[in-house]
Amino acid sequence: MRAKRFLPLLAFLVLAALLYKGLSIDPTELPAARLGQPFPDFVKAELKSGQPISAEALMPGPALVNVWATWCYSCRVEHPYLLALAAQGVPIYGLNYKDESQKALAWLDQLGDPYRLNIVDAEGSLGLDLGVYGAPETYVIGADGRIVHRHVGVLDEAVFARDFRRWFPSVMTDEAAKKVREGNG
Amino acid sequence: MRSWVHTLLMCFSLWAGEGFAVIETYEFSSPDLAARYHRLSQELRCPKCQNQNIADSNAPIARDLRVVLHDQLEQGASDEEILAFMVARYGEFVRYRPSVDRQTIWLWVAPLGLMCMGVMALAWHFRNRQTASPAPLTAAEQAQLEKLLKEPRA
Repeated sequence: MRAKRFLPLLAFLVLAALLYKGLSIDPTELPAARLGQPFPDFVKAELKSGQPISAEALMPGPALVNVWATWCYSCRVEHPYLLALAAQGVPIYGLNYKDESQKALAWLDQLGDPYRLNIVDAEGSLGLDLGVYGAPETYVIGADGRIVHRHVGVLDEAVFARDFRRWFPSVMTDEAAKKVREGNG
Repeated sequence: MRSWVHTLLMCFSLWAGEGFAVIETYEFSSPDLAARYHRLSQELRCPKCQNQNIADSNAPIARDLRVVLHDQLEQGASDEEILAFMVARYGEFVRYRPSVDRQTIWLWVAPLGLMCMGVMALAWHFRNRQTASPAPLTAAEQAQLEKLLKEPRA
């Protein structure tokens, strides 16, 4: 009989725990439907050469596919980090998403080009096949050509260290890179 | 007079909600397709702006999905095929009525379970109230009661 008295308290605690857990869930995080699947097949023009390319051009992995556009402000923010990654030998392929090629070429001229090649997806159909809903997004293609990771938003050092390093173990952290520079100098 | 105008404005504001729907025109070859377009675009959720369906959202991705929906309907795809196409790309997330599977089962079961728990709690509450009778009076209480009843009214 005494235990019953604590039932409301117990119910409250359970509810409070559930709601507290709810606070730590990011509601903007979308499940990536394409994880574990091969990169969708496509035939698109390459940005600089204009030659048609297909998914085979992205092989062999592991490699990054970065969804970007000149209209996307955050892409400008992450661009320097992409350049740093490319300088360390990480293969990065661009997916120029719903953009104008003239502007995209000017952007690469002005800010530098971290991409091995760029897929022109002016109408966004490849983006749709990938499940892209905005830019920037960055995908990791595994060694077997399957999509193994997706990151929505700006890719920076912290995100890379947390989610990407396991596929690119040779990439140094900023700190390590600094130490090497200091050691050399 | 002034308050009348205010009341009238308030009344009109009740209709304002309908203004959220995106104004776009799509040509359909049959009214049946248009009806299905309407229904599906209400059921599909915009991946970018999560509390709107693709019919209401102005996000570019919602517009793209509307175009795809229109094209697929015109090409004769069934509702199931279109939903499967969307789910393959954006996950069960894009459906406001997700199919029942291991991940979404709680969405379907939880409201029913909570309602059952509520009904049980109510039943328990009322049964207790009916059966609980006050404890019989002690001899002293009985004597006091009789004394009170016999007292002349003031």
